[in-house]
Amino acid sequence: MKLKGVNDFVIRFANVNGSGSASANTLFAKAVFRLGVPVSPKNIFPSNIQGLPTWYEVRVNEKGYLGRRGGYDFIVAVNGQTLQKDYEDLAPGGYFLYDSTRPLADDFKREDITLIGIPLTQICNREIENPKLRQLLKNIIYVGALAHLLDMELLVLTDSIERQFKKKPKLAVPNIQALELGFEYAADHFHDTCRLSVKRSKKLTDHILMDGNTATGLGAVYGGATVAGWYPITPSTSVIEAFDKFTSQYRLDESGKKNAAIIQAEDELTALGIALGASWNGARAFTATSGPGISLMNEFLGLAYFAEIPVVLINVQRTGPSTGMPTRTQQSDILLCAYASHGDTKQVLLFPCDPKECFEMTADSFDLAERLQTPVIIMSDLDLGMNDNICLPLKWDDSRTYDRGKVLDKDQLESLTEKWGRYLDKDGDGICYRTYPGTHPKLGSYFTRGSSHDEYAAYTEDSDAYNRCMVRLNRKWQTAKNLVPKPHITISDTTGTYGAVFFGTSTHASYEALEQLGLRDIIISTLRLRGVPFQDEVTDFIDRHEHIFVIEQNRDCQMRTLLINECGICPEKLVSITNIDGMPITATHILHSMEQELKSLLTPGAKPHKGGAR
Amino acid sequence: MNSRRPTFRHPDLPKNDLGYTRRDYEGADSTLCAGCGHDSISNAIIQACYELSIAPHKVAKMSGIGCSSKTPAYFLGKSHGFNSVHGRMPSIATGANMANRDLLYLGVSGDGDTASIGMGQFVHIARRNINMTYIVMNNGCYGLTKGQDSATADKGSASRKGRPNLFESIDLCELAVQLGSGFVARGFSGDKEQLVPLLKAAMTHKGFAMVDVISPCVTFNNTATSTKSYQWVRDHMEATATFDFIPPRQEITTQYEKGTTQSVTLHDGGVIHLHKSDDSIDITSRRSAIDALELHREKGQLLTGILHINEDLKDTHDILQTTETPLNSLTKKQLCPGDHILQQIVENYR
Repeated sequence: MKLKGVNDFVIRFANVNGSGSASANTLFAKAVFRLGVPVSPKNIFPSNIQGLPTWYEVRVNEKGYLGRRGGYDFIVAVNGQTLQKDYEDLAPGGYFLYDSTRPLADDFKREDITLIGIPLTQICNREIENPKLRQLLKNIIYVGALAHLLDMELLVLTDSIERQFKKKPKLAVPNIQALELGFEYAADHFHDTCRLSVKRSKKLTDHILMDGNTATGLGAVYGGATVAGWYPITPSTSVIEAFDKFTSQYRLDESGKKNAAIIQAEDELTALGIALGASWNGARAFTATSGPGISLMNEFLGLAYFAEIPVVLINVQRTGPSTGMPTRTQQSDILLCAYASHGDTKQVLLFPCDPKECFEMTADSFDLAERLQTPVIIMSDLDLGMNDNICLPLKWDDSRTYDRGKVLDKDQLESLTEKWGRYLDKDGDGICYRTYPGTHPKLGSYFTRGSSHDEYAAYTEDSDAYNRCMVRLNRKWQTAKNLVPKPHITISDTTGTYGAVFFGTSTHASYEALEQLGLRDIIISTLRLRGVPFQDEVTDFIDRHEHIFVIEQNRDCQMRTLLINECGICPEKLVSITNIDGMPITATHILHSMEQELKSLLTPGAKPHKGGAR
Repeated sequence: MNSRRPTFRHPDLPKNDLGYTRRDYEGADSTLCAGCGHDSISNAIIQACYELSIAPHKVAKMSGIGCSSKTPAYFLGKSHGFNSVHGRMPSIATGANMANRDLLYLGVSGDGDTASIGMGQFVHIARRNINMTYIVMNNGCYGLTKGQDSATADKGSASRKGRPNLFESIDLCELAVQLGSGFVARGFSGDKEQLVPLLKAAMTHKGFAMVDVISPCVTFNNTATSTKSYQWVRDHMEATATFDFIPPRQEITTQYEKGTTQSVTLHDGGVIHLHKSDDSIDITSRRSAIDALELHREKGQLLTGILHINEDLKDTHDILQTTETPLNSLTKKQLCPGDHILQQIVENYR
């Protein structure tokens, strides 16, 4: 039996990296998006420039589920290296599009799928004169074929190509030709072959399709960042590229000089050092990195915490430990970031779940860091940062002003009636008043240091003075609770039995899985975490439910540990749902894991899963 | 601050062009060992800033970790200071400089802080040509951890521990020349006559100015067997040239003999006149500077003075083409493109 459905399937493209497949596959995803149908593309690429397998999977879903579902209904298999595996991965009833220039081997014997052979190479060699373009256009040919097979409006695709090549219309011509070649071949050879289709929908209104890193880079522009230190590392590099692109375009002075400075550093130590030095000197500054960079930045994160220097750090997480899988996703730097650096340290974390939040949280993080005079770490990840994600359009309130925090200017220094101390808590909120270098000829200078200091910034080895400082930093941490974004809570289970906690890129798949459970009358309340330190709302939510599922993408249940540690939760209460395959978590995986856990919870004597991968 | 020194200022103390007395450039009492070379350098910094009439609050003092890095507490008490972490001063200074190009950045580091743990950052700040004065208080040992050899200790030199250093030493000046520093000089903490004008010239240079100052550690490395001892340095010091530093707007009154004098004009109009004993050294040539350093090393001598100057280099701001206005003083209007631009950008993602 063939799989069928309108606007509800998962298609996977299997390609060789460096062959130009990304633009063809993006073209397909963008066409679905422009037809108003919710779409979530995931680029699954190797840490390599050319020649290794790469996949691109696109979920098309009218209901608007944006997480990964799990399983593949349609596979476009144009990579010989993975042909066998792609063939096996296809769901029963699915469709297998392959390059039939060469016949499939004898052991491709499945009878539960539909084969769609298109001689892509042959068509290319016959129809495309320029040999340089053949490889690239072969990919466009299968997109054209898909338009017929999935009953899509071809015009959306041709329009997309024209838009893409607006500045080089000459290049649009061969692309459109290739698209039509594929479409016509499929139309001539396949009638009513595929029962999956994409139909124009009104589900998407003014949505945008943007990668998280672009949104983050834009957030830094709108948040007023002027200095960025950085070191290239996948998957964070495009944050800086976006910041560079938008500042080069929108941040020039009258003479064409840049109102921003971006420095590619020699390593991540320096990248954060540059941001800290600039922040100390009164500029809004940031850096972007991933796990291995965070390991190096631990040194400066401790200095920034203790010397109380604001700074914004974007962590686009990838799969660890060590070099791990640099092009795969994970939420596995939570504990590393939460307690970054030696000694007693705690760091403020923010967890965006879509590009809109990447933009907003990044812009807000500069206010937050300067208000709190401490690092703020944005916990994005490869899935969010590098994949195109659907979200509502970004907006900026022009009446908004920047909150530069407690900074004394020349006049304020002169009007002080008492002696000023850089680390003197005048307001009782743990946050003291700082000054920028060069403010006043006689007042407000101080010596910033990572060594123990008293209220007046003088070096001290006095136990009481050290103690006062550490206790005050804790007071500041309490203040931070009221300033970090609050969690999103939905109390659906009024009996107080089940609750689920999740965050960041686990969000969409979690909501979907819980909705599926809801259809079976298993009602679960939800809390989406958006920041650390945790507010009382988080503890209250956990307290009011008997069992809490913590859904996250790492082996060691790091968020569960952080909740236990920071909120004083009884470990028995928190049941872990984890995913560690380096791929974005799927709704199917969450659903199956939860079914299993629910079964154990209802079985007398059985112990629920508390930690570790299965 | 200073508890022992009187705060009284005699009204007749001489004042510089800005009306500051030398005392306005002092800092807290030093906690270094009595006789430490570093204290002499602190004094030379105070003298240089006083003589150049630099407003103290327009200086930012940057340092890393070690005895040397403590010294910013002992000079320029009215300046902001940043005593960062070990070997990381260059990155903090880079960021600070990016945020406000109008301050004078005075970096103080040691041989451990620069030539070992901070080598990577030192190398890269030099090649980026950050506009700052980078002073290495070089004593060939780790004073604060009780005298271990550092990477600038000469091979065969023995500190108080008595064991000759087994490894090759790093010549930070030669390295700085090779890295493209536009100003490289070496001084000796025991020679104030040379050091003060050296520092003044360095502070006036636009771009990265590296000043390596041999500064004996009286406690751990001032033995007869050490090449970083007062005695050894005095006996083996050779200067590229004696020189006069003439600040801009000051009339040049002295007549110089032709042939042995080389003049270099700094970006702000100041002029350095060098009176050379050896005419073969051309300090505007990288190759000549490296030759001279190598030649004196072979002869077992320590070459001091201005080793290299190149006034034609662009500093980091000019390379990056950042605005003339300090970035930290830009307003929201200059920084935030506004919602109408955002909506244009967003349209490209539909």
